[in-house]
Amino acid sequence: MPAVSPSRRQVLRLYKQLIKNANQFNDYNFREYFLRRARNTFKENKSVQDAAKLQSLFAEGQRDLGILKRQSIISQMYTFDKLVVEPLHKHGFKPST
Amino acid sequence: MTRSTSVELLSRLSRVCSLRTRSSAVTILASQLARSYSSAAAAAVKLSDDVSLETHTDIQRAAREQAKTRAAASFTSPDAASSGTSALQHAYQENTGFGTRPIYLDMQATTPTDPRVLDTMLKFYTGLYGNPHSNTHAYGWETNKEIENARDHIAKVINANSKEIIFTSGATESNNTVLKGVSRFYKKTKKHIITTRTEHKCVLEAARAMINEGFEVTFLNVDSQGLISMKELEESIRPDTCLVSIMAVNNEIGVMQPLKEIGALCREKKVHFHTDAAQAYGKIPIDVNEMNIDLLSISSHKIYGPKGIGALFVRRRPRVRLEPIISGGGQERGLRSGTLAPALVTGFGEAARLINQEYSSDIAHVSRLSKKLVDGLLSIDHTSLNGSPDHRYPGCINVSFAYVEGESLLMALRDIALSSGSACTSASLEPSYVLHALGKDDAMAHSSIRFGIGRFSTEQEVDYVIKAISERVKFLRELSPLWEMVQEGIDLNSIEWSGH
Repeated sequence: MPAVSPSRRQVLRLYKQLIKNANQFNDYNFREYFLRRARNTFKENKSVQDAAKLQSLFAEGQRDLGILKRQSIISQMYTFDKLVVEPLHKHGFKPST
Repeated sequence: MTRSTSVELLSRLSRVCSLRTRSSAVTILASQLARSYSSAAAAAVKLSDDVSLETHTDIQRAAREQAKTRAAASFTSPDAASSGTSALQHAYQENTGFGTRPIYLDMQATTPTDPRVLDTMLKFYTGLYGNPHSNTHAYGWETNKEIENARDHIAKVINANSKEIIFTSGATESNNTVLKGVSRFYKKTKKHIITTRTEHKCVLEAARAMINEGFEVTFLNVDSQGLISMKELEESIRPDTCLVSIMAVNNEIGVMQPLKEIGALCREKKVHFHTDAAQAYGKIPIDVNEMNIDLLSISSHKIYGPKGIGALFVRRRPRVRLEPIISGGGQERGLRSGTLAPALVTGFGEAARLINQEYSSDIAHVSRLSKKLVDGLLSIDHTSLNGSPDHRYPGCINVSFAYVEGESLLMALRDIALSSGSACTSASLEPSYVLHALGKDDAMAHSSIRFGIGRFSTEQEVDYVIKAISERVKFLRELSPLWEMVQEGIDLNSIEWSGH
């Protein structure tokens, strides 16, 4: 099968999805890490042109997205107190009016 | 009968009666109230959908326990106890609008499990439950395949062959296997072991146990930087030395020993070289072939893997022989019998794979935060970094705050999870033996705190820690009469203390 490199649109969509799902983590440290990692990895590979390399990076990104989707749900199921550096009422939880 | 009371009755009845002995009365009641019952049930289901399992952090426990022990110890001076507690209450400021869970900066004790590791492990708790040693059916084959993949990833980090990796329950077991196994195998001809004073407790205790079995053990001294002297090591090696065990990265001060030089010397003298790399594996570059390492202990939970598993690298060429501590079915080349835990092994393997993949970005991140933290902490007066500033793993920082007692600083830092040394000794008030070995006096050893930075630490956390430490150190020093004397220019060593 010839390597079909993903379109610009597909890559941007993957990036957006990774950021969105990383933001779903209830745990502060994991959330910050996966946001940082998504940003850095995409920035690092910004100028990759090789089709096969792009293909493998894209597949890896999709695997990571699957992990983020599953693990962010687990992180929402088992929650802990917010950290001392974390403002309350910002992510997901809204104060009852 | 009103609706609400009958619902109550129904629920009470159904609690009393089990499904099998449900009486006809209940059935009648239930059919009469079918609508209200089903809506109540629906509400209950809906509620349980929303509820997440919240675990709260108890940050006041240590303070309560201390107050209790103080009260129990001294009925005579309740004033002192209460004034101490209120002082700590001032030192601990609660920021409203922020959470209460402490920042985790104790990465040498253990690290958080990476979500990607957990993701790998979950399928072994849900479907892939086969015994990896069962080779008669697919359940065994599939788990065995995953275990061998994990072994490959773990071996790759240190440039070893996957056949040289033995899974154990952790670095403590690996160290014990080496210290006891190698020396027992060679006990007829060789009776001497060399190690250092700054090793982890499990190496020191295992060596001590070998003294009882008739071995001689040399504990090498370290200099004020925490490094061993190659000359002293060379002089200590005797014809009957069977093992040299020197840790790669110290768990309390983060100092790296010159592994390559030690390896070359041991190979030249034909002595087995073991290194405890629990704190070094995946954090500093290690190549067992280039460094001539014969045995190497690894722990999974220091590299964001699951707790309860570790590994031991045992070189095959030239072959290292050791007597197993655990006898049994002959798994793991007969060196460590017992069924492997596939979930833990694959979690460990995934953690090692991530190390291979993320090594450069992790190191860059940790070094950047570490530099910031060191600069921030050393800008406080009368603080010093323990251990060598050059030969160190940047993620482990041990700083002494003179004229402040470490334990009281830790009490005042309830919003940061830190330790004054290794987790094994933090329960006792005994000063760290590692800092003692470096030639630090009791006061300095008491006033030192270890900071651990890892993959999941953030810049915001480091900023918070620098600010919090500067404030609390200043606060505690203002309480201290010693600090007052230092400010007045009195040399503390010139004081003759009375009453001792």
